[in-house]
Amino acid sequence: MRPFGRSLLGIAAAAICVYLILPTLIVVPISFTETDFITFPPQGFSSRWYQAFFERPEWRQALTNSLVVAVATAILSGMLGTMIALGLPKLPPRASRLLAVFFLLPMIVPTIITAVALYAPFAKIGMIATIPGLVLAHTILALPFVVINVAALVQKLDWRIVDAARSLGASPAVAFRKVTLPVLAPGIAAGAIFAFLTSFDEVVVALFISGSGATTLPVQMWSGIRFEISPIVAAASCLLLLGSSLLLALFSLVKRT
Amino acid sequence: MTVVAARRRAPFLLVLPGFLLLAGMFVLPVGLLVATSFTDRAGALVHYERILTEPGYLRVVMRTLTLSAETAALCLVLGYPLAYQLNRAKPLARALILLCILIPFWTNLLVRSYGWIVLLNPQGVVNATLRRLGLIEGSLPLVYNTTGVLIGMTQIMLPYMVLPLAAVMSRIDPSVMNAARSLGASPAAAFVKVYVPLTLPGALGGLLLVFMISLGFFVVPAMLGGPRDILLAQLIEFNVNQTLNWPFAGSLSAVLLVSTLVLYWLGDRFLGLRKLWGAE
Repeated sequence: MRPFGRSLLGIAAAAICVYLILPTLIVVPISFTETDFITFPPQGFSSRWYQAFFERPEWRQALTNSLVVAVATAILSGMLGTMIALGLPKLPPRASRLLAVFFLLPMIVPTIITAVALYAPFAKIGMIATIPGLVLAHTILALPFVVINVAALVQKLDWRIVDAARSLGASPAVAFRKVTLPVLAPGIAAGAIFAFLTSFDEVVVALFISGSGATTLPVQMWSGIRFEISPIVAAASCLLLLGSSLLLALFSLVKRT
Repeated sequence: MTVVAARRRAPFLLVLPGFLLLAGMFVLPVGLLVATSFTDRAGALVHYERILTEPGYLRVVMRTLTLSAETAALCLVLGYPLAYQLNRAKPLARALILLCILIPFWTNLLVRSYGWIVLLNPQGVVNATLRRLGLIEGSLPLVYNTTGVLIGMTQIMLPYMVLPLAAVMSRIDPSVMNAARSLGASPAAAFVKVYVPLTLPGALGGLLLVFMISLGFFVVPAMLGGPRDILLAQLIEFNVNQTLNWPFAGSLSAVLLVSTLVLYWLGDRFLGLRKLWGAE
């Protein structure tokens, strides 16, 4: 391509990058404003909205709920997903193919449908507005991501090493812990990070079933954005941005090993 | 139990807990939701008739289809040059572009929607800047309408287009383009006749993926859209939370569900959607 075309393409790509990143980064300067309203350019510099975030009980409680639910979801879906990824390739081929799609369904079905569908049965068994209810719902949503990440490594797993360990006298449990697990660990970690983030960021299902008893951070933000445009949402956004950037860095580290 | 029998049974036992969870707490509830839509005394299909005959509901369906198609088209227009540049760029620029794609991709949807509200509202950054430059006097209606939804949706869906496109582009052998050039094709002709066709699977896959996900999107339209031009997912929510009309919500869900599953099946069958989605 000629230099003119090349620089034109470069400018276009730069503009598209700005479009992509701007709405994410704009929350940073906004969150440090001194004023009660959002103004641009922000006036003064203060951390009062961060203080408010950590001091106001409704925001603190929401953050705690979100962390508890996300960690529990990562553990539960990490275990279930790893078991599925290990079992699938050893099933009869037809069952394996069908189930591979079956376990992807929560990722394909629009979340609004999952949210509406879960409401009635969750209400019947008293799971609305409870932490366990949220964990269960988020585990369903996160499961495909764990299965995908772990299955990628199961495919590469050399079963002959596992058999070798067994024939040398290792019990199934020992062979799993010492041979299989170390090979799968990066996939499990990547899947668990994904599951954590899926739960931590999830808003639609949480809006339906978290009620007033188990409000999560996204639900709190949802009402924060809709009913009061206070800069406290900007502070919360900034913290979330920081958190997800750290997780992204962790994820790429895990993927590289 | 013999060792052989145990070995044969083990994979089933490994899959069983996850299977029971999804079957009982996901597939069954979704099935029941769809089933309620057929249970009206006036006839099994009354709710589906309503969707097709009442202009208000039909408009929501049409708006959802149009907006999803526009989002997909815009993503292609913006995603193609970006993916191209991503492939050509030197390591540093490449890393920067990747960060610009991945950081928003990993950031909470609400944060991004909130960012767009801050940017686009009548007192927001964009309008204030344009006013200061003397380009406008009042303010442009950029948010709380379909324009706002389109701007936000395109930004949020763009990674789903760029990543598959970039993957397809990186597999193109540069010598193919050189061959076309040395056989006398102009750069433009080589690009249109050789390069573009080779990227077609990625482009079609990206279009399908963006369209499919957009159909059922709830958060962004609810945050950036106006109260009058709601989309399908919001209509479902409205019927559950406001009018408590579960059977009608069920019929709308069925329409959305079947459309999504058919699109997924098509994409998986013909375009290798599972690979494009990063599922492999």
